[in-house]
Amino acid sequence: MAAAAGNESAVGRQYTTNPPRELPKRRGTELMLLAFAAVIVTTAFVLVQINQEQSLSWSILWYGGAYLAIFSAAHVAVRFWAPYADPLILPCVALLNGLGLVTIYRLDLAEAERARSLGQEFAGSAPRQVLFTVVALALFLAVLRMIRDHRTLTSYAYTAGLGGLVLLALPAMLPASLSEVNGAKVWIRLPGFSIQPGEFAKILLMIFFASFLVAKRDLFMTAGKRILGVELPRARDLGPIIIAAVVCLGILVFQRDLGTALLFFGITLMMLYVATERAIWVVVGLSMFLVGAFIAYQLFTHVQQRVTNWIDPLATYDDPGGGYQIAQGLFGLGTGGVFGTGLGAGRPEMVPAAHTDFITAAIGEEIGFVGLAAVLLVYLLLAMRGMRSALAVRDTFGKLLGGGLSFAIVMQVFVIVGGVTKLIPMTGVTTPFLSAGGSSLLANYILVALLLRISDTARRPQQQKPSGEAPQKQLAPIAEAHTVMVQRPPQPPAGGGPAVPASAEQQAPGQQPPGSQAPAQQPQAQQPQAQQPAPGQGQQPATPPQGQTPVPPTPQPAPHRASRPEPGKGQAPPQAAEQRPAGGQQAERPAPAGEPAWPTEESTDDEPHRAKGDDAT
Amino acid sequence: MPELVVQLTRAGFLLLLWLFVFAALRVVRSDLYAASGLRVNIPSLRRGKDKKRPRAGGRGGGKMPRQLVVTQGALSGTRIALDGKPILIGRADDSTLVLDDDYASTRHARISLRGDEWYVEDLGSTNGTYLDRAKVTAPLRVPLGVPIRIGKTVIELRP
Repeated sequence: MAAAAGNESAVGRQYTTNPPRELPKRRGTELMLLAFAAVIVTTAFVLVQINQEQSLSWSILWYGGAYLAIFSAAHVAVRFWAPYADPLILPCVALLNGLGLVTIYRLDLAEAERARSLGQEFAGSAPRQVLFTVVALALFLAVLRMIRDHRTLTSYAYTAGLGGLVLLALPAMLPASLSEVNGAKVWIRLPGFSIQPGEFAKILLMIFFASFLVAKRDLFMTAGKRILGVELPRARDLGPIIIAAVVCLGILVFQRDLGTALLFFGITLMMLYVATERAIWVVVGLSMFLVGAFIAYQLFTHVQQRVTNWIDPLATYDDPGGGYQIAQGLFGLGTGGVFGTGLGAGRPEMVPAAHTDFITAAIGEEIGFVGLAAVLLVYLLLAMRGMRSALAVRDTFGKLLGGGLSFAIVMQVFVIVGGVTKLIPMTGVTTPFLSAGGSSLLANYILVALLLRISDTARRPQQQKPSGEAPQKQLAPIAEAHTVMVQRPPQPPAGGGPAVPASAEQQAPGQQPPGSQAPAQQPQAQQPQAQQPAPGQGQQPATPPQGQTPVPPTPQPAPHRASRPEPGKGQAPPQAAEQRPAGGQQAERPAPAGEPAWPTEESTDDEPHRAKGDDAT
Repeated sequence: MPELVVQLTRAGFLLLLWLFVFAALRVVRSDLYAASGLRVNIPSLRRGKDKKRPRAGGRGGGKMPRQLVVTQGALSGTRIALDGKPILIGRADDSTLVLDDDYASTRHARISLRGDEWYVEDLGSTNGTYLDRAKVTAPLRVPLGVPIRIGKTVIELRP
């Protein structure tokens, strides 16, 4: 951080361009917001207790203590292991999780009362949820600790993909007695507890898909035939999306899980769109979705039932598996109205499965439209910060993964809240962080840990030198180094050497890129650089790793830079920046290498693909 | 519990929730400009001590640029008086400074006044705009006398 500031003063003193990444770590902000979230959750808890039992019990100490301990641990971990992480992600998660806990506790109170009047035993789900949160926290810490750089995940991409598919398919393979709960075969029931492997498969598959798209992006960019002015993708490039559709259909058929299928397909589509920027993929995907939905509606009774319940919940109110649940949820939301009944003052327990699928109905009943809107806004903020980190991070894999993870949160919220509010047919997915349910909580905490890791990489100052060598210190970090205008050596025809574009690769193919003269000139060009101080080697790895080699554990600035084929090339820009007096623009430079190595911010972003493309050809 | 208290706590809790949202949005706002490269004075505890730096960095103190001078290229010597209107540069006929240069794009860059500072921004040109040696990717403040390079043309602001 200090080093980056030093660079700034040396290189760009007279104008504020490319300011150093002097971003504050903002851990204090995070702590403040976390404390605020804790205050809100505690208030909610107290209100629930007062309104329900007219008195405070000691359980508040237990729950409050657990909550504080969990998020203090998370905060301290972020402070140490991801100090530049986004300050908003963790507080948002804390607030959502806390509100979920309070709501579950509140539903427990109501259920316990009902059980007591019936003379039954009742085991609440709030303590379990606290336990799950603790386990989730442990996973969160483990992920944050073990994945020091999200780019290492690319080397496990295919393993992750395979693991994801296996996890996804496992419940369908197992006998129903081991995997079926409430008609959906998405569980693995073990003695003592049961998990929903699909939640974890979601993340694993996203890792795989992000990595796959980064590697094969060019394929999807290839234009096929033009029909009606729209460039259609080539038929054979449709493979992955068809596979995704088939997998989703498989989930639908074998596991009877509408929500997960919808979620997977949406995420796949979104990541494809983000990777290619071509709207045609969305169009293709959506039409495939419509066709699939139509076929599913024709074939499967449970899909028809969901749709019937959606169109008019009251018509099937009394049928088994009918619209009773949705109708009760809507009644609850209606009872809440704009401002809600007040925490602990409503009757959200009337809705079946209120603490899992219909938790937003319970929340909406007690804090009303205003409160539910705030909760949804918190989700939005969470996803927005994730997206922003994805935008800011420099490597394409991180961008895709971050975008996918953030989108997964909003998509899931949309699917379930849309179902509860009768915007779309009800599908059983969990509400992230709010719902009772271990698998969902665990998976979402892993997701958040990955997002934090990506945002940490995005905001981290570029250069963190392991050893501060004196000559290197004044140089701008390579990603920030300014573009330098250099005189072309005399032999090329265009003598003036005007604005040579930032990267020769970007030039139109018709133009002869200056790089074509590189081979002849190379040896002599390298000479002056070879005498440059050796410490540069530590800074930019000179060996050309091919594409997706695992990244060294130390936070390297931008490993893709190293994929330039010529060794030593990476040193050129800092050296040039050193030679040039600040402000001077036409200084001489001895025989620059043919391929211009002028780094720009822009080229940093695109580098991986280009490097990959070169490998492929 | 008395009804009044219930109502008050009900409203109070909603207020608290929304305060959280606004506090979060405030953090978002303070981050908005951080990545675009502009130094924005956002009231916060940290900014206080390095407030002096940007001031010291501004060469030419309080002088306002009055004209734009082409220092290199085919149009070398051209002067355009700055009257507060944005200056469009490119090969398009309606640009303020029409370049006849294969390396320039049709709409290449814009130099515009914001507050009392001039900023250059690249309009998605093919070959890029450079403020001194830095590629312009976001609007950048143009100090006096710092060359802006567009294709073969170099311009700068003069008092």
